[in-house]
Amino acid sequence: MNHLVLALQAASAFGRPDRVAIGFFAGFITLTLGITYWAARRTSTTEHFYAAGRSVTAGQNGFALAGDYMSAASFLGIAGLVSTSGFDGLIYSTGWLVGWPVVLFLIAEPLRNLGRYTFADVVAARLDPVPVRIAAACGTLATIAFYLIAQMVGAGGLIRLLFGIPYETAVIIVGIAMMAYVLFGGMLATTWVQIIKAFLLLGGAATLALLVLSRFGFDPRALFAEAARQYGAGVLAPGKLVSNPLDAISLGLALMFGTAGLPHILMRFYTVPDARAARKSVFIATGLIGMFYLMTFVLGFGAMVLVGPDAIKGIDAGGNMAAPMLAELLGGRPFLGFIAAVAFATILAVVAGLALSGAATISHDLWASVIRKGHPKHGEELKVARIATIGLAAVAIVLGVAFKGQNVAFMVGLAFAIAASANFPALVLSIFWRRTSTVGAATSMAVGALSTLTLIALSPAVQVDLLHHPTAIFPLKNPALVTIPLSFLTGIVVSLIKPDRDAEARYRAIETRLLLGAD
Amino acid sequence: MASPSLSAVEATRVLAARRWRIAAALTTGMVVVYFGFIILVAYQPVLLATLLHDGLSLGILLGALVIVAAWTLTYVYVQWANRVYDPALAALRAHHADDDAAARSER
Repeated sequence: MNHLVLALQAASAFGRPDRVAIGFFAGFITLTLGITYWAARRTSTTEHFYAAGRSVTAGQNGFALAGDYMSAASFLGIAGLVSTSGFDGLIYSTGWLVGWPVVLFLIAEPLRNLGRYTFADVVAARLDPVPVRIAAACGTLATIAFYLIAQMVGAGGLIRLLFGIPYETAVIIVGIAMMAYVLFGGMLATTWVQIIKAFLLLGGAATLALLVLSRFGFDPRALFAEAARQYGAGVLAPGKLVSNPLDAISLGLALMFGTAGLPHILMRFYTVPDARAARKSVFIATGLIGMFYLMTFVLGFGAMVLVGPDAIKGIDAGGNMAAPMLAELLGGRPFLGFIAAVAFATILAVVAGLALSGAATISHDLWASVIRKGHPKHGEELKVARIATIGLAAVAIVLGVAFKGQNVAFMVGLAFAIAASANFPALVLSIFWRRTSTVGAATSMAVGALSTLTLIALSPAVQVDLLHHPTAIFPLKNPALVTIPLSFLTGIVVSLIKPDRDAEARYRAIETRLLLGAD
Repeated sequence: MASPSLSAVEATRVLAARRWRIAAALTTGMVVVYFGFIILVAYQPVLLATLLHDGLSLGILLGALVIVAAWTLTYVYVQWANRVYDPALAALRAHHADDDAAARSER
């Protein structure tokens, strides 16, 4: 009974324009646009636009990486998943972190030493640039497209629920703000938007977690015990979300290796002065992101015990409102307003990073390297990057509106699967294997992207959930278990069959740079 | 670090191979920890339901330990890099500079 009353109170503020929330949000927009104005005056070359003039410190980049990575899907989605299905949500909490050590061990330092602006720089460093960059740009744009749609659709729905603004208006606001940051402020503005967002999100989540724990004598075990008392011991153990073990393993592979292939994350390593700073920034990011996911344990179970799964599902069937409802319950409407603004800031920071890396691959990989054969006219590349930013914002708004009401979770899974299957294998092969050839790397990326798209189209997520067919041709919801090995195998076999003529000499030319950098 | 009898290119390869071995070992460690956890979740749900303490199931503890393991492995790598790898890189950089100087004086 008590829960019902609390739930009704919690429900009252949702879906109506809230002065506190809009005030916080307006404050965030004002601050970030001010930063964009400041950054715009420092952004005049491609080096500034793509890489903030390599002036970002390791500490700043650690926060910016965390801000770029922790999406609203993980803040609202995991808290919601844990609050409605208990333990199963924790599979995501852990999966989204374990990719970071892999980024540190295999990718961050060689990437910084070998590349300039995009991850394709690394793959193209000793191979024929044109085919490799075309293939890499396809993988990059596919990853970004699905990630961007997921964020836009999530943003529209979220903002409608939190602020009472219509879905389409919300999508347009997000698209225009994202475009403003990237277009005028480039990487420098994007970096600061991400740093501020990381502080807000970590601060908001920590405050919320402490408020929850204060009700349980600051002992998480007491919270979990209360959840088990109210909803059965089953909430502390694996449940029905993991009905197919291979599905769980396949999703785990996509999460783990997808992180190391996300173009907007990889691009951040070019903003720091050297490989040592890149290393330090991943260490900091791993610490922050791990802390955040540990807090989602507390937020999820806190929402389950204090708000209740039925009340949460009553507001949003997907459970996404668990954290905001918890905030209103524990801190009243001002705290709900703050958390709502944090969620909005979270989405803006992620989409800005995505748009910037999309613009970089269009202008740097496709225009400057493929169309202009590496010799663009003076100032042309930056102009193309800015036009691409406007184009990407328009596309994001149109797709965001077109995909209204679609399940975004599988699109995020798809983005990670493409990143893990198209980008990650080619990156690892070109860094660590001297016999990797141009044709091998290009086919590895193409096969990775195409097989992922095909298997997703044949998977239960599309065939059963979307098209309502009784069965699916391919049994797994996430294809990474098949597509990652396939992409590696393709790269290796094709490189052996079709080696580059002077492969040995080419690798020798970059060997020293891989360790010591360009200077 | 590099022995003076090696050429700078050979010394580079030795160090690159060493870094690759560390990176591969630590990556394998992370894969084993995470997929060990996922496989237990998938195939041993009853075991993970075991309560170690009122409210603390084995599953929740292991989930938190996966995050702690990720932190530990990154810490191990950063420690190795600071203590061993960075000085070796500095030595290698000097080695390359020496070789370049020698090549110039021969000309």
